[in-house]
Amino acid sequence: MTPLGLYQPGTSVLHRAAAGHKFLALLALAVLIFVVHSPVWLGVTALAVTLGYPVARVSPRRCLQLVRLLVPVLGLVFAAQWWLVGFDSAAVVCLRLLVTLGAANLFTLTTRVDDLVTAVERGLRPTRRFGVRPERLGLLVGLTLQAVAALSMIAGQTREAQRARSAERSLPAFAVPFLIRTLRHADELGEALAARGVDDD
Amino acid sequence: MIEFEGIGHRYGEHAVLDDVTLRLTEQRVAFVGANGSGKSTLARMINGLVHPTGGRVLVDGVDPARQGRAVRNRVGFVFTNPDSQIVMPTAGEDVAFSLRKKGLSRAERERRASGMLARYGLAGYEEHPAHQLSGGQKQLLALCSMLVLEPDVLVCDEPTTLLDLRNKRRFVELLEQLPQQIVLVTHDLDLLGNFDRVVVLDEGRVAADDLPEPALEHYRKLIS
Amino acid sequence: MSEARNTSISQSSGRALPAADLARTVVFAAFIAVLGLFPGFYLGGAAVPIVLQNTGPLLAGSILGARRGGAAVLLFLALVALGLPLLSGGRGGLAVFAGPSGGFLIGYVFSAVVVGLIVQRATPRPGLLVLLLANVAGVAVDYLVGIPYWAAFTGDLRVAAIQSLVFVPGDAAKLVLVSLVAAAVHRAVPTVPAASPRTAED
Ligand SMILES: Nc1ncnc2c1ncn2[C@@H]1O[C@H](COP(=O)(O)OP(=O)(O)OP(=O)(O)O)[C@@H](O)[C@H]1O
Ligand SMILES: [Mg+2]
Repeated sequence: MTPLGLYQPGTSVLHRAAAGHKFLALLALAVLIFVVHSPVWLGVTALAVTLGYPVARVSPRRCLQLVRLLVPVLGLVFAAQWWLVGFDSAAVVCLRLLVTLGAANLFTLTTRVDDLVTAVERGLRPTRRFGVRPERLGLLVGLTLQAVAALSMIAGQTREAQRARSAERSLPAFAVPFLIRTLRHADELGEALAARGVDDD
Repeated sequence: MIEFEGIGHRYGEHAVLDDVTLRLTEQRVAFVGANGSGKSTLARMINGLVHPTGGRVLVDGVDPARQGRAVRNRVGFVFTNPDSQIVMPTAGEDVAFSLRKKGLSRAERERRASGMLARYGLAGYEEHPAHQLSGGQKQLLALCSMLVLEPDVLVCDEPTTLLDLRNKRRFVELLEQLPQQIVLVTHDLDLLGNFDRVVVLDEGRVAADDLPEPALEHYRKLIS
Repeated sequence: MSEARNTSISQSSGRALPAADLARTVVFAAFIAVLGLFPGFYLGGAAVPIVLQNTGPLLAGSILGARRGGAAVLLFLALVALGLPLLSGGRGGLAVFAGPSGGFLIGYVFSAVVVGLIVQRATPRPGLLVLLLANVAGVAVDYLVGIPYWAAFTGDLRVAAIQSLVFVPGDAAKLVLVSLVAAAVHRAVPTVPAASPRTAED
C-alpha cells in the first residue's frame, strides 16, 4: 500500500494515460515554453493547461487550493519582475510559471504513486549498467514511509518529554534529543534489516 | 547446533564477555542475567550482528563472522522494540519484504504473507498500517516476518519486555510450539518453566548452566 | 588511549553492515519529512512559526557525512517528486520543482554533500566552528544552484539574485541553529561516524 499522496482518483483520459507517456509530455512542454518567448503563444499554452483541469475532473476544492498557492507566488514574482525589468518580461515569466506549475500539478493529481514508481523503475532500467538498482525504488519508498511513521511517533514522544520539563520554546531542547533518538532508531532498524538479509542485496 | 568456543568480547577497553564456551543442542534455550552481563552481545553473535573479538561461534558448523549471509539465512532474530523491526508500511508488505529475494511472484509473496499472518492471529491485517497495531500485535508481526523465511534457529532478545503480562505469556507459548531451535534472552524468569536449558550470565561469564529450576535458583541467589 | 584506532565503538559493534548504511539513509530521509509534518516552532515569542524543514539537508550532511547525507536528501526529494506530500505545508509532486524555489530544493542535495565533505575532515569529531563553516558553505551551495535555476525563468541572473536576498536572514539564523544542534549531537553520540572511514573487516 503506497498512500495516494496527492493523487486524485478518477477515470479521465489523463488518468488513464500511461505514467511514462505523461511524463514525457510534461518534459516536452517544459522545453517548449523555454524556447517560446511570445506572450501570446505562452498565453495559449497556459489556457490549454488550464483546460486540462476540467478534463481531468479535478474537484473544485483542489483547484481552489492550487489557485491559493499560485496567486501569491505569481503576484510577488510579477511585481518584482515588473519593477526590476518591465511589464513584458513580467508577463512572460509569470505565464511560464503558470504553465509549468499547472502542468506538473496536473500530472501529480492524475498519476498514482504506485504507477509512477513502476514507470521509473522501468525507465531507469538501462542505468543498471552503472551499478544503479532502480528496481529497489519501490522498496525504498516503503521503507521511508514506514520510517516517517516511526519518527512521527518519536517526535511526538520527544515533545511530550520536553513539555514535562517545560522547555517548550527551546528548539535545541527538542531537536537534540529528537536527533539522538532518530539515530538510535536508525541503528536498530539497521540491525533488523540485516537480520532480514538486506546486506546481501 | 550452536557452539561458542572460548568467546571473549570487548568494546574498546571494556571487556564484556570472557571465555564463554557453550554447545547449545537443546530445542529451547534461555539466556538470563543482570543488565550489562553480556546476553545481547552473545545472542547477536549467533547471526553475525556482532563478531567476537576472541574465540569463535559456529552455527551448524558455519562461522557467522566469516559467512554472515549464509548464517543469517538460517538464523532468524526478533528484537526487543517492535517499532524498529517493522520496516514496511503495512503488515502484509512487511512480511512480504522478507521474501523479496526468493524469486517468487508478487501474488505468491502476498499469499504466503497472508498465510503467515493468519497463522499467528493477524488474519485480515494485510492492509493494516503497521504502526497502528498494538504492541503485542507488532511483536507478532515481527515474528511472522522472521518465520516466513523458515529459519532453523530463532534468536529472540527480550521480545516480551514491552508487552503486558498476557501478551508475554502468549508470545512465549508461541515460541515453545515452534519447530525451530529457540534462543531466548529474557528477564521474565517465570516464563521459562518449559525450557530445556537456562544459561545464567554474570559479568560476561557463565555463572550457571542447567535446567530451569536449578539455574534460576542460582541466579536468584546471585542477585540477592 | 594507546590503541585509539582500534577502540572506537563504531568499529567493534557496527561493522558497517550495508544494512546499517541503508537504514541511516532511509531514516534521515524520513527525518527531513517529519520536520515538515511537524507544526512549525514558535521561537522566542515570534508570531509566525518558523519552518524547520530546510534545516534537514544541513543536519543530514552535518551528522551523516557527504555520502549518506546526500543520499538521504536525494531519497527525500524523490519521494516528493513522486507525489507524496512530504514538503512542509503538505506540498509535493513535480510542481514544487518547477516553481521559483525548485532550484533551491535540488540544491539541498549538493548542500548536504558539501556540508558532509567539510564536516568529515574534522577528527575526532567536528566542533562548532567547523560546523558553522560547513553550514555556511552548504547554504552558499544551495544558492549557487537555486539562483541560476530561478534565473532560467526570469531570464536574468541579477534579478534572480536580488529576489533571493529575502531568504538570507532566515537561512543565516537556521545555519547557526543547525550548527549548535549538530555539535551537541556529535558530543552526545560519539559513534556518529561523520568522519571515521570505518576500518574494513579484518
Ligand atoms: N555498541 C556498544 N558499544 C559499547 N559498549 C556496548 C555496546 N553494546 C553493549 N555494550 C556494553 O557491553 C556490556 C554488555 O552489554 P549487553 O547489551 O550484551 O548486556 P545485556 O546482558 O544484554 O544487558 P540488558 O539486560 O540490559 O539488555 C554492557 O556493559 C554495555 O554497556
Ligand atoms: Mg540486552
